[in-house]
Amino acid sequence: MRFLLDTEQRDFAGALRALLTAADTPSVVRDWSRGERASGRTLWGRVAEAGVFGLAVPEEYGGVGRRPVELAVACVELGRHVVPGPVAETVAAAVLLDDGEGLAKRFLPGIASGETMATVAFESHGYGFALDGDAADVRLAATPEGLRLSPGAGAVRQSLDPARRLAPLFPAGELISAEPPWAEALVWARLATAAQALGVGLALLDRTVAYVKQRTQFNVPIGSFQAVRHRLADVKIALEFARPMVFGAAVTMAPADVAAAKLGACEAAHAAARAALQLHGAIGYTAEYELSLWLTKARALRGAWGAPEDCRRDVLEGRT
Amino acid sequence: MTATVDLTHSPADEEFRAEARAWLRAHVPRRPLPSLETAAGFAAHRAWEAELAADRWSVVSWPEEYGGRGAGLLRWLVFEEEYWAAGAPGRVGQNGVSLLAPTLFEHGTEEQRARVLPSMATGEVVWAQAWSEPGAGSDLASLTSRAVRTDGGWLLRGQKTWSSRAAFADRAFGLFRSEPHRPRPHQGLTYLMFDLRAPGVTVRPIGRLDGKPAFAELFLDEVFVPDEDVIGEPGQGWRIAMSTAGNERGLTLRSPGRFLAAAGRLRDLWQARGGPASTADRVADAVVGARAYQLFTYAAAARFLDGESLGPESSLNKVFWSELDLAMHETALDLLGAEGELADTTWSEGYVFALAGPIYAGTNEIQRDIIAERLLGLPKGRR
Repeated sequence: MRFLLDTEQRDFAGALRALLTAADTPSVVRDWSRGERASGRTLWGRVAEAGVFGLAVPEEYGGVGRRPVELAVACVELGRHVVPGPVAETVAAAVLLDDGEGLAKRFLPGIASGETMATVAFESHGYGFALDGDAADVRLAATPEGLRLSPGAGAVRQSLDPARRLAPLFPAGELISAEPPWAEALVWARLATAAQALGVGLALLDRTVAYVKQRTQFNVPIGSFQAVRHRLADVKIALEFARPMVFGAAVTMAPADVAAAKLGACEAAHAAARAALQLHGAIGYTAEYELSLWLTKARALRGAWGAPEDCRRDVLEGRT
Repeated sequence: MTATVDLTHSPADEEFRAEARAWLRAHVPRRPLPSLETAAGFAAHRAWEAELAADRWSVVSWPEEYGGRGAGLLRWLVFEEEYWAAGAPGRVGQNGVSLLAPTLFEHGTEEQRARVLPSMATGEVVWAQAWSEPGAGSDLASLTSRAVRTDGGWLLRGQKTWSSRAAFADRAFGLFRSEPHRPRPHQGLTYLMFDLRAPGVTVRPIGRLDGKPAFAELFLDEVFVPDEDVIGEPGQGWRIAMSTAGNERGLTLRSPGRFLAAAGRLRDLWQARGGPASTADRVADAVVGARAYQLFTYAAAARFLDGESLGPESSLNKVFWSELDLAMHETALDLLGAEGELADTTWSEGYVFALAGPIYAGTNEIQRDIIAERLLGLPKGRR
């Protein structure tokens, strides 16, 4: 029993954080939401180069073997920097396509290297759109017969989060697997989503704390008002209890733990977003101000890969 | 990258768990004891402590010489999981064990430990805390009860209140102002232990919300305390009381095992009532909250064992468990419907106890102030 990230894992987070800070992710998000993909693909390649997608891919296919804890570490950083693109979906695809033979050989090396951006439409779990269905190289559609390699996506529908481009997949194309590991893929996608939500929430809290320290009204920083202080204290509590849930879920990978982590991290991120918007006031309500990128992502991640109600149901059923 | 992060207990700790489980299965009373907050219940709980102590299960984390098993923090967490899962009684000695004992281990003398701890471990002497005063609650440092120097010791005078367990307890510990003219309120306080049956002490029990005398007022009129019952240096009481407040004690005041067991019982109750959809969210949140608290505690324990100081982090902990506890009991009473108001059930007894959680051990408002200032670095403000 030693529930603590080791030095290597913390260094990995630090290196990713440095890489993403230097990459000026907010401007990449702006490009991505306009459908301009070049900067987003470059960033995706660098994230892959840092080893992130290889954490869901076995060694023989170009990855480092499945490492959920390190993947969670990485996804927290991706969320903290609002990295655009189908992160959880690509992770889910890596699990769905890992048949240990043909499919793995065909698709996984590209996923690990970042050449392949994959997305999944997972209607059986109430998620009918494929994130970035227009931009992905590999589109996996769940159909009654099994998993199909969809030839294309329908018209993009805008998400509340401008960085998320949602498109239905054509439920046709090559049937590549009759019985792919749906449940396992769901757990991995949920973990990646939970970790991103935690990162989004942590960034929102950091930004809001910085803001209320420097924003002055009535001749004092607004962060000295107890109504403000206590609201941020509650956000801190929610995030600090979500953090061990996310890493604990990554250690056990028990579906009920992952559902709990998804719920806890998304609720904490949501609370952080509500507080951040309220405490920034009108400036926070503008699309132009950078905060909006985190605010809208917190909302979108809450519904993705298991809304609160789905997660609570899985917790109560103790699904394994 | 080697994943050394690990959530499994060592074989030795699992062996310890099995031993604790077997003992508890053989000894935990079949029926719940009468309420701890009644004379009969207090006596029954005291007897239970003696039964635990006879086989060294009352204070497993203490050194063997004082009646413990020298169990480390992780093993203590294992014990607590088993203890509460077994449905074992509440701990009448909690105030002494979780507040006074850590202070004695850190600041007491060898002689004090040898004199005080063994009888605390067996429940022979039950300790009450004497912090709050009528005019000093959250602003504890403004306390005015005096300790006046006399030959061979100190004379206590003043009034303490909200003294948990004092209605039936034997001795008490608390802070007293020994140097009244110091410039700042937290200076010149002395940490003392005293006998609740000493001449000059009047104990007036106070009925909590349900009328049970869970705490008391203490009137102190020239109560003599010998020098041997001063903990640490006179005048240093604030520092001594606070030094154990934020650290390991923040982890050990309420163990995750307690809430895991309660969440499990809540889930059972919900299922027994047909799993109504209207309360499903709240039951799920209780299960999630208990698991979150367990994982948070294991993470904090790992950092603590790694040599990190936890300090103000215990404020996160206090707000979380007290609100979780209350929410779980509210949900249970709602599930019980009309029966929810019956006062003699485990749930309603627990509910009344849980209502005090956000108030004692530093109100949750004070904890949020600590989080804002010391963890978030926000400017000090008007409170």
